[in-house]
Amino acid sequence: MQGAAELRPQRPIPGTEGTAAPGRFLIALLALIAVVAALWLGFLFLRDNDAPQLVSALVAILWGVGGIAALFTTANMLVESLSNKWRSRVQPYIFVGPAVAILAWFLLIPTIRTLFQSFFLGSSNNFAGLENYIKAFTSRDMLQAFQNNLLWLVAGTAGCVVLGLLIAVLADRSRFETLAKALIFMPMAISFVGAGVIWKFMYARQPEGEPQIGVLNAIVTGLGGQPQAWIQSPPWNNFFLILVLIWMQTGFALVIFSAALKGVPEEMLEAARLDGASEIQAFFRIIIPFIQGTIITVTTTIAIFTLKIFDVVIVMTGGQFNTDVVATQFYKNYFNNPGYGSAIAIVLFVAVLPVMIYNLREFRKQEGF
Amino acid sequence: MYRKRFNLLALLVTSSMVLASCGGTTATPTATTAPAVVATATTAPAGETPTAMMAESPTAMAGETPSAMAGQTPGGSMDRTKVGAELSEAYAGKYKGTKVTMFGPFGAEDEIKFNNSIKDFEAATGIDIQYEGSKEFETTINVRAQGGNPPDIADFPQPGLMASVAKTGKILDASKFINEAWLKENYNQSFIDIATVDSGGSKILGGIFQRVNGKSLVWYPKKAFEEAGYKIPQTWDEMKALMDEIVADGDTPWCIGIESGTATGWPATDWMEDIMLRTTSLENYDKWTKGELPFTSPEVKKAAEVMSDIWLNDKYVYGGRKQIVSTSFGDSPAPMFQDPPKCYMHRQGNFITSFFEQSKPGVKGGTDYDFFYLPPIDAQYGKPFLFAGDVMSAFNDRPEVRAVMQWFTTFEGVKGWVQAGGALSPHNDSDPSAYTSSVDARVADLLRSATSLRFDGSDLMPGAVGSNSFWKGMTNYISGSATLDQALEEIQAGWANVQK
Repeated sequence: MQGAAELRPQRPIPGTEGTAAPGRFLIALLALIAVVAALWLGFLFLRDNDAPQLVSALVAILWGVGGIAALFTTANMLVESLSNKWRSRVQPYIFVGPAVAILAWFLLIPTIRTLFQSFFLGSSNNFAGLENYIKAFTSRDMLQAFQNNLLWLVAGTAGCVVLGLLIAVLADRSRFETLAKALIFMPMAISFVGAGVIWKFMYARQPEGEPQIGVLNAIVTGLGGQPQAWIQSPPWNNFFLILVLIWMQTGFALVIFSAALKGVPEEMLEAARLDGASEIQAFFRIIIPFIQGTIITVTTTIAIFTLKIFDVVIVMTGGQFNTDVVATQFYKNYFNNPGYGSAIAIVLFVAVLPVMIYNLREFRKQEGF
Repeated sequence: MYRKRFNLLALLVTSSMVLASCGGTTATPTATTAPAVVATATTAPAGETPTAMMAESPTAMAGETPSAMAGQTPGGSMDRTKVGAELSEAYAGKYKGTKVTMFGPFGAEDEIKFNNSIKDFEAATGIDIQYEGSKEFETTINVRAQGGNPPDIADFPQPGLMASVAKTGKILDASKFINEAWLKENYNQSFIDIATVDSGGSKILGGIFQRVNGKSLVWYPKKAFEEAGYKIPQTWDEMKALMDEIVADGDTPWCIGIESGTATGWPATDWMEDIMLRTTSLENYDKWTKGELPFTSPEVKKAAEVMSDIWLNDKYVYGGRKQIVSTSFGDSPAPMFQDPPKCYMHRQGNFITSFFEQSKPGVKGGTDYDFFYLPPIDAQYGKPFLFAGDVMSAFNDRPEVRAVMQWFTTFEGVKGWVQAGGALSPHNDSDPSAYTSSVDARVADLLRSATSLRFDGSDLMPGAVGSNSFWKGMTNYISGSATLDQALEEIQAGWANVQK
């Protein structure tokens, strides 16, 4: 931090060199006040304006990005005009403070509110005790959702990790590594909603005897089979939805595994081979233990994805045909019965929490934090 | 030390992200302290709907319409102050350049028809009506209302859903800015009753009907139907005989599709309602829509069984059960227009004609397709008719919004759509000659000649049932993932979710 301050070209201000600078402090304070005022005016404009959307959008970008930069610059100026002792005390909070404050406002407070709301009936002020939670753990809809979420968690995560690792290892030995990786990584660029729409077409079904517009049914009927209602027939439809996640997230796993594989020392593998280890043995005894940390991180990250899965389900089946997951249940119930919906949200939150803690611990081990 | 603390912070932050990203951002609600007053859901509707509604038909194409009102053109001399002050001011150009946002569930052809129907109004007043349609309307409207970002006007096809939203106190009382005398003059009282809902403990007029459509209709490809020598069934026995005759000819009687995004299953609820009206009393139907007659009762189960006899018989439905669940309701009638037709009947409201045009451009009502009334099942219940309609509800109180709402209470507000076909006017000042399609004119006639008339039941039920568990239960039953008893129990369980 101090290094940064020293790098800044020091403009000598006549009469203040070398001394504490009340003048600088005052200027910085005024600048900060001016920036805050300008941001407030910008906010008022954005809230009340009637300008075309494009103008609003541009102003919003300028306001957001420029505002943050201006805010940090002036706040930093203010801090730097303080004495050394205070500077090092205050400076970290100047940088971390706004982010934490905004996150608290938009995330922490809603979380607490949701928790609070989950103990009330509907949107009323009638205390419900644990009634909403009891319902969340006993209704047929929710039991179905838990079951499906478990399926997503196991099949989805396993699918992404195993496929990702397999392709990473194979691609590592291939001449077409870059091409293969690029192709598999590509779906990552598509949103979950977009992927849902695409796959809805892939699974589309026309009546028997009609030309099939869905790829899968076109293949099946081409081979003499009957067209299937892939995503409308439980319980297998869940797997067809999970396939969409695997299609999207394998690329993520692949890229990270691939990078980790490059870190496995060649000498170690060579030594193993000289000692007579087969490729399979080398893979399971050397490569896997060596990249274990990466595997855990990728697994937990994808596990969190699957627990929170929402978009794919809502786009492709709307949660019908027994494909509801906890997040879609929350979405459907919240607006009819906010208390019950909040309870479901809290249940989901609690379910994700342990995975998240584990994930962060792993990050810390790898000095990620 | 520091590191640990930041770690904790990071955990806190990321974990609250999970919740928030799942929707925690909509954390405004408790502010609007919903009253503890228990309001039984949608008390207004069908129960009080007098059969007298028949006498003065909602579409009032009858001669009672004051002739001075009929056939007014937008620039005409109609006294707009009668409707509301803002409407006449709007026509005076006072709100030129303002914008009114609208949000509703209809899209594609219907959106085009709607946009065409508002053109004259926009040109005359300078108000820009921006309509946005979404397949996810039923859930999104709640998100937007509670998130503080509602449209100026929402188009609710379900008065029950509107009633649930109104409970939060977000919907404006339309009677505050539309002259009461005009509402009484231009609407059958039943329409006002259905839209009168509870808001924060008091009764408000939650919206006004802009258009209605008949539902007890069976569409058929006219030429092929007649060439095959089929006769329009007048009774349920004739209907059964017709279905068997079609099967015997090697064809399929019905085309059915229930896929509709998160609303998947709703066409099945319409069938249920039509059959309920034909197999049990009106009193039972009204009790059913209010939640007093459970789904698990023998009456409802019987209706479901009558429906299953058709739906679950793969010979009767084109593509069978699999096709029902995987076909969107709008695409489902398309096979009817193939040559030769893949099916001969499709039961749906008259709005479906928009989709006919989409799946086969240029098809004409009366020549290429036609409809007949879904025959009665039990003679003692007469000839009941099921209908539905769209309620326009205002969220933001601005003069131009008031003007648009007032405009929707006049026939002019739906005239363009009526002329394009696919919508009926609920207004008393409607002009019969506007129905350019003989099909629509005859639906309007049917609406008049039915011995009893009821609003779409699932649309009257509160959102937790009518646009949630009812859809889901029917979908589960038809897709085969639940037995009939399980499905009915599940639907009934939705009533426990109704906000009290």
